[in-house]
Amino acid sequence: MDTRSVPEQTRACAASALPASAGVGFKNVHFSDIEASAPDVGFFEVHAENYMGAGGPPHAQLMQLRRDYPLSIHGVGLSIGGAGRLDRDHLRRVKSVVDRYAPAAFSEHLAWSTQGVSFLNDLLPLPYNAATLAHVVAHMDEIQEALGRPILLENPATYLRFQSSDYSEIEFLREVVRRTGCRLLLDVTNAFVSATNLGFSADDYIDAFPMLDVKEIHLAGYAEDVDEVGDPLLIDAHCAPVQEGVWRLYDRALARRGPVATLIEWDNDIPPWPLLSEQATRAERFLKKDRLPLKTTPDRVRS
Amino acid sequence: MSDKKLCAAFAIAGAFAAACSLAETAKAAKAEQEKCFGVSLKGKNDCAAGPGTSCAGSSKTDYQGSAWKYVPKGTCTSIVTPKGKGSLEPIAN
Amino acid sequence: MTLSAEFDQGAFVRALLDPDLPAPDGLEARHGFAPERRFAVYRNNVCVGLIDALAERFPVCRQLVGDEFFRAMAHCYMREFLPRTPMLFEYGDGFATFVASFEPARELPYLPDVARLEYAIGQAYHAEDAAPAPIDVIRAIPPDQLADATAALHPSTHVISSKYPIVSIWRRHMSDEGLAPLELDHGEEALVVRPQLAVSVAALPTGGSAFVHALEDGRTFTQAVAAASGVAADFDLRGCLQELLLAEAFTAIRVSR
Repeated sequence: MDTRSVPEQTRACAASALPASAGVGFKNVHFSDIEASAPDVGFFEVHAENYMGAGGPPHAQLMQLRRDYPLSIHGVGLSIGGAGRLDRDHLRRVKSVVDRYAPAAFSEHLAWSTQGVSFLNDLLPLPYNAATLAHVVAHMDEIQEALGRPILLENPATYLRFQSSDYSEIEFLREVVRRTGCRLLLDVTNAFVSATNLGFSADDYIDAFPMLDVKEIHLAGYAEDVDEVGDPLLIDAHCAPVQEGVWRLYDRALARRGPVATLIEWDNDIPPWPLLSEQATRAERFLKKDRLPLKTTPDRVRS
Repeated sequence: MSDKKLCAAFAIAGAFAAACSLAETAKAAKAEQEKCFGVSLKGKNDCAAGPGTSCAGSSKTDYQGSAWKYVPKGTCTSIVTPKGKGSLEPIAN
Repeated sequence: MTLSAEFDQGAFVRALLDPDLPAPDGLEARHGFAPERRFAVYRNNVCVGLIDALAERFPVCRQLVGDEFFRAMAHCYMREFLPRTPMLFEYGDGFATFVASFEPARELPYLPDVARLEYAIGQAYHAEDAAPAPIDVIRAIPPDQLADATAALHPSTHVISSKYPIVSIWRRHMSDEGLAPLELDHGEEALVVRPQLAVSVAALPTGGSAFVHALEDGRTFTQAVAAASGVAADFDLRGCLQELLLAEAFTAIRVSR
């Protein structure tokens, strides 16, 4: 079966044309393996910021991948939750990458990474309240207008909470979706990590997540640590195989959502290609599992 | 054209002709070598890719304070410095 | 619209970058415990992420000083100079200058120039694509027109001139040649080009970088030879052209009409 062809029902959705199959985060060290074995991978995902140079091997490789596989582009530098104005120069760069590769989906994070003119290269947390909501909505509107398409917004992995938050993360995401028409990228590992770190139920989070708006799922392996009182502290390190607890949570999410594009992220201590590919195969088995028909209403029409 | 200028022009033309021949020969040898070692050469080239962005946290711990207590301990000792091989002095703590 | 009243992002960043500062106000871990350990995760992510970026960009410098020294030095650099754009492949543009003024690295006088070379390699990797001029096309140019011809160099071309043998140092660490002792008694001029997909690094004869700079400025070959001869009276033009041709550094040679 050719899992690379895009099913009709996803093609109709403007926010994502990714197939409901398992994809892999592309790393250039794997290029020759991919070239040699033409693996049956549903899609590849890359970070927009790594393709903002003028030319060279990054573009040559991505052009070739793009010919053979659906592509998802994931931004890490728009700083949507940032306190200042959106960086217009960076938005222009993102737009030129998106225009050049016409990806099946573009996603970014509910987080911030830029302060003034400095880029911190981490996805930092923000309080969830009326003021930050208005700010995030304004940034999302600006981005979606520039790109001419709805984007997917990803739930972050968090390590602490703000006393000034008066929305839950899910309430906040729901509001952003309602006000901007964006869709969501559900990072199941982030949900698991945040739930453990902040002491809430990951199952409840998945059960409350607006699944109809989820157009992509991320899975990654976390690292384990403990805090000063001996409580578990999980770090979203993308450095290991996906742990069993995360697979269970993924299964729970799929039971509500139905099959949807699922990415294996592995960014640190990058493994040999076969190990990474094996993770995607495992995700594919969850996607193909027989499930009861969804007890959900059709996707609502947006204004 | 002066004699001097003519001479220089002649030298440039001659250097080009010789360099073209040498470069062609060297290139053929290089292509042959790359055919044999294509895989490893490709691997080395990846070093040039440089840093990528991250959307992940880190499990390594590396945020020590500013107190400086390190001395170079790399392969620099294989380089002969004016003070002699491996002469790097530890920097006072 | 700013969020200054609700969320002081500046204070958050100051605490991120200074491990001696406490975590910012208004944060909490679970159970109402102090957020220090949790905040340290973000602090660590920023440090490690940027130090790793520099370690990847300057792999030979890292080998030259050892991992521990490099990471500590990179930490000092990142606290002073954060990336100015989210394109991490541009990060480290001022690293060589920083290393040159970095007291603990004073014992390794060649380190800044090796850093310059490594940064140029990264720039070449991401530079604009262009087709090199084939050697037979160059060979077909009438010899009497070469002296007044000008050259277009590949957009990825960089030259770095050093008092130290930076190409030999670099090459030794990138290959499996082993680390035999290396004399520091001569300088080298590095040529970095990425004509297709692979970056090549070569040593030009002395005066070669002046030659390349003159060509980049639109001078003729005659003028470029004069510039190079100003640096080295016995400038090896043939050797220099050979390296440039072998590296496929020319995209065009333009004869004047």
